[in-house]
Amino acid sequence: MTSSISAPAALGRLLPVLATTLVFIAGFLVCASIYPNFASMRVVMNLLTDNAFLGIVAVGMTFVIISGGIDLSVGSVIGFTTVFLALAIERWGVPPLVAFAMILLICAAFGAGMGAVIQYFDLPPFIVTLAGMFLARGLSFLLSTQSIPINAELYSHLSDYALRFGAGARLTVPAMIMLAVVASGMVLLHLTRFGANVYALGGSRTATALMGVNVNRSTVLIYTLSSALAGLSGIVFSLYTSSGYSLSAVGVELDAIAAVVIGGTLLSGGYGFVFGSFVGVLIQGLIQTYISFDGTLSSWWAKIATGLLLFAFIAFQQLTLHIAGRSGRRPRLATAGAAQS
Amino acid sequence: MQTLDPLLPPSPATGHVPLLQVTGFSKAFAGFPALDRVNLNLGHGEIHALLGENGAGKSTLIKTITGVVARDAGQLRLDGVDIAPRSAGEALTAGIATVYQEVNLAPNLSVAQNLFLGRQPTRFGLVREREMRRRAQALLAEFGLSIDVGAPLESYSVAIQHIVAIARAVDQSARVLILDEPTASLDAQEVEVLFAVMRQLKARGIGILFVTHFLDQVYAVCDRITVLRNGRLAGSAPIAELPRIELVKLMLGRELSEATAARPARAPGASGAPVAAFTGYGKTGYVAPFDLDLPAGHVVALAGLLGSGRTETVRLVFGAEKADCGTVRTAGAVAAVGSPREAMRLGFGYCPEERKTEGIVADLSVRENIVLALQAQRGPLRPLSRREQDEIAARFIRLLDIRPPDPSRPIGLLSGGNQQKALLARWLATKPRLLILDEPTRGIDVGAHAEIIKLIRELCDEGMALLVVSSELDEIVTYADEVIVLRDRAHVARLTGSQIDVPAILAAIADTPPGAAATA
Repeated sequence: MTSSISAPAALGRLLPVLATTLVFIAGFLVCASIYPNFASMRVVMNLLTDNAFLGIVAVGMTFVIISGGIDLSVGSVIGFTTVFLALAIERWGVPPLVAFAMILLICAAFGAGMGAVIQYFDLPPFIVTLAGMFLARGLSFLLSTQSIPINAELYSHLSDYALRFGAGARLTVPAMIMLAVVASGMVLLHLTRFGANVYALGGSRTATALMGVNVNRSTVLIYTLSSALAGLSGIVFSLYTSSGYSLSAVGVELDAIAAVVIGGTLLSGGYGFVFGSFVGVLIQGLIQTYISFDGTLSSWWAKIATGLLLFAFIAFQQLTLHIAGRSGRRPRLATAGAAQS
Repeated sequence: MQTLDPLLPPSPATGHVPLLQVTGFSKAFAGFPALDRVNLNLGHGEIHALLGENGAGKSTLIKTITGVVARDAGQLRLDGVDIAPRSAGEALTAGIATVYQEVNLAPNLSVAQNLFLGRQPTRFGLVREREMRRRAQALLAEFGLSIDVGAPLESYSVAIQHIVAIARAVDQSARVLILDEPTASLDAQEVEVLFAVMRQLKARGIGILFVTHFLDQVYAVCDRITVLRNGRLAGSAPIAELPRIELVKLMLGRELSEATAARPARAPGASGAPVAAFTGYGKTGYVAPFDLDLPAGHVVALAGLLGSGRTETVRLVFGAEKADCGTVRTAGAVAAVGSPREAMRLGFGYCPEERKTEGIVADLSVRENIVLALQAQRGPLRPLSRREQDEIAARFIRLLDIRPPDPSRPIGLLSGGNQQKALLARWLATKPRLLILDEPTRGIDVGAHAEIIKLIRELCDEGMALLVVSSELDEIVTYADEVIVLRDRAHVARLTGSQIDVPAILAAIADTPPGAAATA
């Protein structure tokens, strides 16, 4: 009798991710049927490369949202990172690898600070990371308002390096980094104690604390991870553009949140998968690619399509939750407990 | 040290050191004593009921034992060794685990993860899922539970969730288990499952402190009872030496010899047509179906212990909770009371027990609080003019003698009794046909008590129907035309006229209902 119960339960949890994956595959097939060139390794590889920076922050955002929080600062942190790298490498003469290490540390400390403020002052993550967003963006403007090209040798090496699959299909360094981050994110979230704590925090914060989990440490770590990944995303972004600009990656935090939600993660926390967010990123990239293939559509249609998809997925999630609730397998916990005579 | 309280529970006959020894626990909040020199001994393998009415100090005692609240005085010994936990975590480490009414686990995690969260078996930093599930299966099997531990916790019933919580606590080497109203949301069958687990833990020598409102359950599993009242130890005795009636008296603080307060010879109100009649009204898992007639000019009182279903009944009557069976008739016609709005349209008014959280709007003035319900009844399109508001406020302030007689004063600054009067005024302003009062005299001083009781009688004489919930049996006896006694979420007795006296109510509260679960 043991494993028979979990089959529908497990299916119910995987349903949103499955749906997202199906939407991506269906979308890809539609595109391929319209444009014969679409179904090629080259397009797939470009999809990975073009969305590498978004994929990396989306992994961090997945941890934050599953834990019941939100991180609005990641776009600004990416912008700050590109400016910092450009200045450090071009103006201050710091070797690129050292600059990478420095910015990762700075970003991690920034995230740890936000996590600590959220946890110890008991402030809503929305407000704290909103403040972080303004702070990081403002700091990058303080450093420079110009777009600064990066001409370091390492940059041209890294952008040249790629695994080639013929016919112009190249798995670039940014794409490799993103795939590695997605894979590590999956291991960290689904297979470690820390990952279990992230889910537990999203399920019930007070209960998690009462179960003896170090909630303070977990919260700080979650935001540290998100900001550090935003820093890594910034490095990738600067590799991709070979420049640093304080206005880069504006609004990326919202794209990342959209990818996470489209990927089946509940915005209220507790449920979700890293893989879903990855597919959510790919879907957004797919729309963008379709528009560039079409050539006549305004690129803003990408935003409109993303918006519609978000609506559709949120409605879908509510529907599956509703059905799961109606099937009676999710008994509510003592709701009438407050009333006593 | 401290003087020994005459009520110090004797050590178990075996002469062994008790497992958990609470001596002289005191705790005051803002000068008001919540616990006053309370003693409690919990033996090895003993199931010990901790009982008491609202405000008796049960939760404060538990919180001071587990260190969630710091005690002002007293000594805590586990197996004869002094301990002083400063948090639930430290108490757990010392060997004292608490399982609350709300299951404090992560509902979205698997059963196995919940059992081992924070101490999962790992290899190279990765959780060994298969090993963890194997251990979880084995652990639950000890409690006679064979479920899929990979499924999320929320896919199981509350009873199973409780057992998982207990298994987690016990597996973390707990020797004392505190169960804080774990049965409040369980059905009879689930309670039996929980009891089986408790008996098994008892056989292992674990001491269980069991808080519940259900007397049947106390007699079904417990070895010993400790009763708190007003923060003091009211008594402690082995279960065999404390019959139900004595227990109820201990809890309510009544002596049978303490003769009935003279029942005033009041003409049993010119009983008019029923304002509302409820037939077979109830809600599954909330209150068993009941019949309730509320005639004009009558005071119907609901009596019973905390958690017996009194507040639940009035919430159903007022539509604050939706009934799932039964009918309501008002003035002979079938009506629906699905929400407080509908109830208000029928002329019902409700003063809740939780004055501070459900009643007053502390920052608004007395005047605004008084006109609140009337304005809600009229709707936003017909606002009361300032002059009408002033008149209404002035009239009720005079009528009910609200002090200070200043309508513009924020109500939060008034004393409890005056807040209560303003709340009454709020509903009286709507000229209700049925007024529901939940613990109208709680937390107010003696003088205000008398005034509110006088007011209840006057209202009744004016032809209003009243439904009053009260723990003050003496008071009920003075004003009620009919007393309905509740026990374990069901209406079990109905007393009218000359039948109404304190001993009769006490007996009805304590009686074992025919056909109820056999007591141990």
